[in-house]
Amino acid sequence: MAVTLPAATAPPVQPTCYNALTNQWFCLDYLKDRHHDLTTAMIQHLQITAAALVLGILIAFPLALVARRLPWLRGTILGTSTAIYTIPSLALFPLLVPFTGITATTVVIGLGLYALTILVRSMLAGLTGVPDEVRESATGLGYGRTRLLFRVELPLALPVMMAGLRVATVSTVALTTVGTLVSYGGLGNLIQDGVTNNFKAELLAASVLCVVLAVALDALIVGVQWTITPWTHRRRTS
Amino acid sequence: MNLVTATWQYLTDPANWQGQEGIWTLLVEQLLLSVTALLIAAVIGLPIALWLGHLGRGSFLAINISNIGRAVPTFALLAVLVTTDFPGTQTFGPYGRAGLSTLIALTLFALPPLITNANVAVREVPAEVKESAAGMGMAGSQQFWRVELPLALPLVVSGIRLALVQVWATATIAALVAGPGLGRIITDGFYRTNYPKGIAGAVVVAVVAFGLELLGSVAERAVDPVRRTVPRTRARAGAAAGA
Repeated sequence: MAVTLPAATAPPVQPTCYNALTNQWFCLDYLKDRHHDLTTAMIQHLQITAAALVLGILIAFPLALVARRLPWLRGTILGTSTAIYTIPSLALFPLLVPFTGITATTVVIGLGLYALTILVRSMLAGLTGVPDEVRESATGLGYGRTRLLFRVELPLALPVMMAGLRVATVSTVALTTVGTLVSYGGLGNLIQDGVTNNFKAELLAASVLCVVLAVALDALIVGVQWTITPWTHRRRTS
Repeated sequence: MNLVTATWQYLTDPANWQGQEGIWTLLVEQLLLSVTALLIAAVIGLPIALWLGHLGRGSFLAINISNIGRAVPTFALLAVLVTTDFPGTQTFGPYGRAGLSTLIALTLFALPPLITNANVAVREVPAEVKESAAGMGMAGSQQFWRVELPLALPLVVSGIRLALVQVWATATIAALVAGPGLGRIITDGFYRTNYPKGIAGAVVVAVVAFGLELLGSVAERAVDPVRRTVPRTRARAGAAAGA
């Protein structure tokens, strides 16, 4: 009687470096086979980060203008945003859940509030750093308040404001991972899955991608800033 | 039932505060973790940062360490530490499950604000002040202990305060990787869809965070040598001009 061993007939399957037994930290096969997971998580990560930053900017800008115009409100605005910043992210998301539920909105609002603190401060610092002489010259040339703000003050405040945006962006990318508490953490969801299932290749790939994403976005902002503020580097060369 | 009322009920039930998994035990555990990590980080980071600052160096270190600290997610570092064979998830003394991993992560994330602030604080003591000290015949070490350090102290303490806030936040996140501390009430609540419990945990964590921040700002004011003699607004303006 012929006994056919399954191993003898089945085509030899190379164990991947990410199977449960080898479970390696660095595994190219994982990147090849599961790139779909990584892409999906990264897109969610980027969406949450971008939405939080846009929300932060939209709220921070008017707040910075109000804080500059009304000194008696400045302390309240800066104090409140700093107080929010003190709350750990893992505690801030649950505090928002009664209002926004288990949704991506919870994460976006939470991260937007953190970004807000950094952005309000840098916007205010940028705007108050505009020299009085410049403002007076512009007024003397007949610039109204709005035109003064958008044509003179904002361009001059841009370098300081962009520095704040860089800090806010890098920390928002990192903090998005905590959103996994409400299942909207982008790459954080993969890190969480990696811890739960002791899946090292997934954990490390997602972690490294997070850092890469932060560095890439930071470089992007530097590039954009360089392009939109030609006077800051043209002056040096001429 | 309304989530807010349910949360309130959870917080006011004394049974939830007592016992091995009660709020008090976890609160003490997390405070212990935070303070230990902060002390270790201060012992490692402050001498180096202050010494480099005294020599007028360290700007490269100060900038880069805070950039790295911001870009690396605390959650990712905790996850990697817990998943490795060592330190892993073993219980570590009074620090609970995955105690050593959590302590390492906390210490690492306390370093950037400590080092950056301490270094900048000493480096930016106005040159005139240092020259005066030298002119009075102070040696390098005297100049550091009697002039630079007292003037730098408020900013150094402000760094400690930032580090404490950071450490408290990271200690909370440790629960996402099954670590110790109050965060466990939050993650437990969410993973078992017991949302009132999760939100109650968050309330306690936030309240303690405010308390720590308040303590830090009191300490910061207490160590300011200029504030004691000069009105505050003028002191601030002077500091800004010196920067």
